[in-house]
Amino acid sequence: MSESTGRHTPAAGGVQPLLELRDLDTDIALRRGTVHALDGVSLQVMPGETLGVVGESGSGKTMTALSIMGLLPPGGRVSGGQILFEGRDLRSLPADEVRRIRGVRMGMVFQDPLTSLNPTMRIGAQVGEPLRVHERVGRAEARERTIEILRRVGMPRPERIVDNYPHELSGGMRQRVAIAMALVCSPRLLIADEPTTALDVTTQRQILELIDDLREEFGMAVVLVTHDLGVIAGRADRVAVMYAGRVVETAATTELFRSPRHRYTEALMEALPESAIRESGEHARLYSIPGLPPDLSRPLTGCRFAPRCRHATDDCRTTEVTLSAGGHQHACLHPVPAGPAAPVNLPAPVRVEAVPDPARPAAGPGEPAAGPVLSVRDLVKNYTAHGRGLLRRTAGQVSAVAGVSFDVGPGETFGLVGESGCGKSTVGRLAVGLEQPTAGQIMLDGTDIAGLAGRERRRMHRQVQLMFQDSYAAMNPRMRVDAILAEPLDIQKVGGTAERRARIATLLDQVGLSRRVLERYPHEFSGGQLQRIGLARSLALQPRLIVGDEPVSALDVSIQAQVLNLMRDLQRELGLAYVFISHDLSVVDYMADRIGVMYLGKLVEVGPARDVVRAARHPYTQALIDAVPTVTPNAAAARDGMTIRGELPSALNPPTGCRFRTRCPLAQDICETEPPLAGDAHQVACHFPLRPESTAASAPAGATA
Amino acid sequence: MTTLSEAVRPGAAPDQPADAEVPVRGLWRQGLVVFCENRLALVGLGLFVLLAGICFLGPLFYHTDQVHTDLTAVHLGPGEQGHPLGTDGVGYDQLGRLMLGGQTSIIVGLAAGILATALGTIWGAVAGFAGGWVDSAMMRVVDAMMSIPSLFLFMLLAAIVTPSVSMLIVIIGAFAWLGPARLVRGDALTLRSREYVQAMRGMGGTGGRAVRRHIVPNAVGTVIVNATFQVADAILYVAYLSFLGLGVPPPAANWGGMLSDGLADTYSGHWWLLYPPGIAIILIVLAFNFIGDGLRDAFEVRLRRR
Repeated sequence: MSESTGRHTPAAGGVQPLLELRDLDTDIALRRGTVHALDGVSLQVMPGETLGVVGESGSGKTMTALSIMGLLPPGGRVSGGQILFEGRDLRSLPADEVRRIRGVRMGMVFQDPLTSLNPTMRIGAQVGEPLRVHERVGRAEARERTIEILRRVGMPRPERIVDNYPHELSGGMRQRVAIAMALVCSPRLLIADEPTTALDVTTQRQILELIDDLREEFGMAVVLVTHDLGVIAGRADRVAVMYAGRVVETAATTELFRSPRHRYTEALMEALPESAIRESGEHARLYSIPGLPPDLSRPLTGCRFAPRCRHATDDCRTTEVTLSAGGHQHACLHPVPAGPAAPVNLPAPVRVEAVPDPARPAAGPGEPAAGPVLSVRDLVKNYTAHGRGLLRRTAGQVSAVAGVSFDVGPGETFGLVGESGCGKSTVGRLAVGLEQPTAGQIMLDGTDIAGLAGRERRRMHRQVQLMFQDSYAAMNPRMRVDAILAEPLDIQKVGGTAERRARIATLLDQVGLSRRVLERYPHEFSGGQLQRIGLARSLALQPRLIVGDEPVSALDVSIQAQVLNLMRDLQRELGLAYVFISHDLSVVDYMADRIGVMYLGKLVEVGPARDVVRAARHPYTQALIDAVPTVTPNAAAARDGMTIRGELPSALNPPTGCRFRTRCPLAQDICETEPPLAGDAHQVACHFPLRPESTAASAPAGATA
Repeated sequence: MTTLSEAVRPGAAPDQPADAEVPVRGLWRQGLVVFCENRLALVGLGLFVLLAGICFLGPLFYHTDQVHTDLTAVHLGPGEQGHPLGTDGVGYDQLGRLMLGGQTSIIVGLAAGILATALGTIWGAVAGFAGGWVDSAMMRVVDAMMSIPSLFLFMLLAAIVTPSVSMLIVIIGAFAWLGPARLVRGDALTLRSREYVQAMRGMGGTGGRAVRRHIVPNAVGTVIVNATFQVADAILYVAYLSFLGLGVPPPAANWGGMLSDGLADTYSGHWWLLYPPGIAIILIVLAFNFIGDGLRDAFEVRLRRR
């Protein structure tokens, strides 16, 4: 795909754009007022080109896609501007014709393949529906063409899949069906709205490659809407960055990632964990954009990013900034100076330079005197699967966790990565005592928690706390924040009223929130604030270990940086240990001292973070690393490492021996026997490790055998 | 993830900075605003206040004798001899009797409705939260009781015990809790798997706390709405029972009993004995249903976020 990059220059003379938005305004009427979701959005999509639209939540990127397709939510309407498709304005054409254009010439793929397919319709009927509606073809022909299109999107056995229902397919397969549905009428334009956000990285890679191949094959243009800069970097010809309902910068992809001009784009890239690691080594603080995006229901003047921008002057707040002319357009009064110079050496008042933290057990033999906070030995968790019918006979055992062992030292961060269904969350829930293990031991400070009951068990919960992905869901919507923060103290009967009030005040200071939040309810906060409140609640009992289950996965990049920084600061101040569970390798790489990689209930590789990510020994780890989209343009282009195909096997009947062997490119007969987790500091469970353990591996010898 | 969270929580937009000078309003206050936006709910509330006011305060201003019969003044038409709604077959003033009967109907209705709701809520919340065989056992009890026609049981019980106001409350309450128990159990089943309940368990909290602090408060929308319907139902039950002759014995009165007495007079043209209690029952049931609708909106948290 690399050769397609930069194939189309945006201002190529003579070529008419396939789609052009001119000053598009979209309003959404809500109960509390009208939100001006889009304000003067202008974009061009050339035939055969991939345009990436990137922005955080609320930036208007999805609204742009929905405005083009005419699928705005209730109360939404396009209130100004033009949508020119092949030179004709969709807003002034008769409704019937617009419907045909949108149905036949455009296709759309949505984020969640589970909800975008009708669960009661067979795959064939759904994919063939546009044909029957718009081309009025017969049943047999529709079926024929459906099978053909399913084959082209890479579905195995399409002639059988057509008669299946959506629930019988995996997430990646469903997304392929959704793509087939969008492509069945051979559209000229495909709009993909976060097509891979709900998928695992390895599946994401397959789907993105598929969209790329199909684009060439069908000669269509693609609008790829996403929040993930990495996805855009590898796939798009040109990128439009959106902020608060406006396009703030557009440029060719390589150009944009090499030298972003708008201060927002620059800040966004600096907030990525991978850039912090790349530029300043492992323990640098992330740059976090202060504040929150503006409220689009109020009148705004000036640059919309000005209140959060470290380069803003008075001009920025008063003058309207329009996009500059040329190939690389930006709407910024004080842009980053052009040129390949790295944009890091600028005055950065908010950025705190890397501080060596004394509390953290530094690389090298730490103090082995203190035993591990958490020690997990041969942990097994099986769920009983019930068959159908009245008697619900036991149909088998789902092996969620199969013999996992690891240690977490005081003040250490242990990262647990893996794709969905690998059992990483189950390990977390077992560690905090929310579920009972089928077999194995969980030692907390040397005490086996299985043997505890009553009061001792209650006291155990003080030592370890869980932090949730969605803090909103983890807070009772009918409780005020003061009651939410007091609950752990109340349960554990800590202190009197005054003491509790003082403790809550301290907690709020620690997570950087004002006292005013105490009188509010959870629904009044934004995602980042909720995550802070969640963290404060986890800290209330002064635990020694916090298990974070995807604690930043639901947050935007800039907010994610705030929360990650906060977690690190608190670790340094309080000497906390973390088990950091995430599917996002770059976040784990940034946060963790040591990383464990899980696949289908087993730990396949454990080692110091740096070694695991940069010198992976297990083929699965390598495949995972290769699949992660990165913003480094060169790395994105030259990616030919380990690729895995196919689907995760069922945990109901896992493969014998090495569980990865069914998808492993290196698998041989010996892999049917189970490889032990071998090595000193950097352990791997593989018969054919990719590389020997590096002799320089210098980590605290806390790893287990 | 981003668009997903947007879709789930449309109003939790990042547009409310925590430190902005937005007045802090409590959930109850916000609920009151939503309730007041519902016109019908206000009409229902007004109607209830009006009817209750007439029944309980009316006799203070409009004195009638509802104990001694007056056979010289039977079946007087409306307006005759100073009886604005006429008199019935034994000479009681119809308007005064309507007030007296309303007192019984409203007291029994409210008390039985509240009793049934409280019992059903606790039963359902415990069953749903406990799950497993506890749930099965508790809900089979409910199923078993539901399978017996309630009217049949009422008749049986009323024949055994002497009907009085407090007895009516207990009898109706003892059978009307089945509906709320099922509803709340359904809510509890989904609520117990919510992350905030898990979070609480992670802090070492017990099941009792989960039911008390998390399950019941979050099921309160269902509970209160259902309570208003329970009250309306209980008023109707009193009416059924009295209609069947199983209500409170004379000289006490209630609207259902008056209606059944009036029915005997349908063909003799004494319409004033039939329509007023019938209309009163319709109005009070309607009032409670409107209030229930309004409360449902008021407790629907999502409506408030927009």
